[in-house]
Amino acid sequence: MKILVLAEINDGELAEDQTSKTVSAAATLGEVDVLCASNQCSDASKKITKMANVENVLVLEDDLFAQSLAESYSETLIDTIRSYSHIFAPSSSFGKNILPRIGGMLDAMVISDVSQVISEDTFERPVYAGNAIQTVQSTDKIKLISVRTSNFDSVPLTGNAITKKIDCATKNTLTTFVENKIQASDRPELTSAKVVVSGGRGVGSKENFEIIEGLADKLGAAVGASRAAVDSGFAPNDWQVGQTGKVVAPDLYVAVGISGAIQHLAGMKDSKVIVAINKDEEAPIFQVADFGLVDDLFKAVPEIEKKI
Amino acid sequence: MKILVPVKRVLDYNVKARVKADGSGIDLANVKMSMNPFDEIALEEAIRIKEKGDAEEIIAVSIGVQQNQETLRTALAMGADRAILVVATDDVHNDIEPLTVANILAAITQKEGPSLILCGKQAIDNDFNATAQMLSAKLRWSQATFASEIDVEKDKVRVTREVDGGLQTIDAKIPAVVSVDLRLNEPRYASLPNIMKAKRKPLEEISPADLGVEMTQRLKVLETKEPGSREAGLILENIDQLVEKIQENVGG
Repeated sequence: MKILVLAEINDGELAEDQTSKTVSAAATLGEVDVLCASNQCSDASKKITKMANVENVLVLEDDLFAQSLAESYSETLIDTIRSYSHIFAPSSSFGKNILPRIGGMLDAMVISDVSQVISEDTFERPVYAGNAIQTVQSTDKIKLISVRTSNFDSVPLTGNAITKKIDCATKNTLTTFVENKIQASDRPELTSAKVVVSGGRGVGSKENFEIIEGLADKLGAAVGASRAAVDSGFAPNDWQVGQTGKVVAPDLYVAVGISGAIQHLAGMKDSKVIVAINKDEEAPIFQVADFGLVDDLFKAVPEIEKKI
Repeated sequence: MKILVPVKRVLDYNVKARVKADGSGIDLANVKMSMNPFDEIALEEAIRIKEKGDAEEIIAVSIGVQQNQETLRTALAMGADRAILVVATDDVHNDIEPLTVANILAAITQKEGPSLILCGKQAIDNDFNATAQMLSAKLRWSQATFASEIDVEKDKVRVTREVDGGLQTIDAKIPAVVSVDLRLNEPRYASLPNIMKAKRKPLEEISPADLGVEMTQRLKVLETKEPGSREAGLILENIDQLVEKIQENVGG
């Protein structure tokens, strides 16, 4: 067994939480190598060498990897990847984009959103928007696993891995990067935040979402949204929590004006404590919430913000 | 330009999935099935591209049981020009893996010669989020996943992608495979006259063997179970109690 983890790096910046939790999931099976591919690797590779359970960090510094285009990985790294038995990546937009393409190249299935590693060929993953959990056994020679990182803890920074420089020859002639529009935000990242405040359709408009953001900022929290709120244009898609958005498991999740559709619950029900505010006492969100308040959010949320 | 749109027949998104008591899977007997919502968005986009004059023909493909015909008739009623049904199983409980779907779609692509393939980013049953990427790799085409905006230009397609933290715009050389996300568009409803017209549109039926594709399954499903559930908690009396609970659990 030889395990490789694809570190998520965007323009030289390591997605530390995602990468560390992916290493942690992979380390269930043994020591791992981590591929650190980006336009600038020095910072990222330094951080990865300190992660426990990492044996080697394969450093590939090339502009080709600045924007994590799938073709850059699949066309140039396939021989490196082929020498491993297990490839792990976070099931973020990074991993979901790249890993199945590698699967297509290797003629191997991808095992998406793995929530538990049972053995070297058996894994658990949610299906049907989290309405069921499947245990699957892979018969592929090379197993490709994307990790639902919220189900795993980070690895401690007690490692002392060796870095090895590697090269790649071919170029990506298929896709070209044009631009990124990444919202600059002082708020913590949604998937790794300790506290998340989310708004749903009940918030009513994009302008009203400021109420949610105000409470979030007071709590030092990340802002989330239900699919209904995103669908209605109240919030950007990268705030979406749920089966088709992000999966979060913070210490505290505050759901405001969210009815609690199953697809939303699939994205947050592993939170430690769930607080729900909704004016409809029948809302399904109250069946999973530890603490509920039946009240008008427009009255309650500003008052809560004031009192905290 | 021809556009290929694969459409999957799945448990309707309004219907709650029920796990079978023997742990063998989800019960799909006598339940409402519909087109995968993400595939509907892909099809709508293909129709809009054609309406703008950037495509001549839209071919809808479905892979699965005989009843997938209904899904294809819906696709034809929405605006696809013709349909191909690949009858790959006679049991609706037998989900066909993305890798096999990609092999079948790659074979159809060789035959039909589309320049653009628009897929939903994931099926809401198995939630793999893999077919578009695998197909694109098999064909060695460019890929653009999670599209929230698509502009077809002469020899490339400019795609704005929904990524963690925001949006990324890339140019993908044509031919390309694009997978679509939620906010790309709002699919139309088929009108009654179009539903009638769709009955006369061509729907070809083939088997994987006709395409020289072997049906394989790489992941053996050992068990399907209910997820662990949470217990309902306390309904609080007033805002002060809630503030107290929030404060207790922040940074806790």
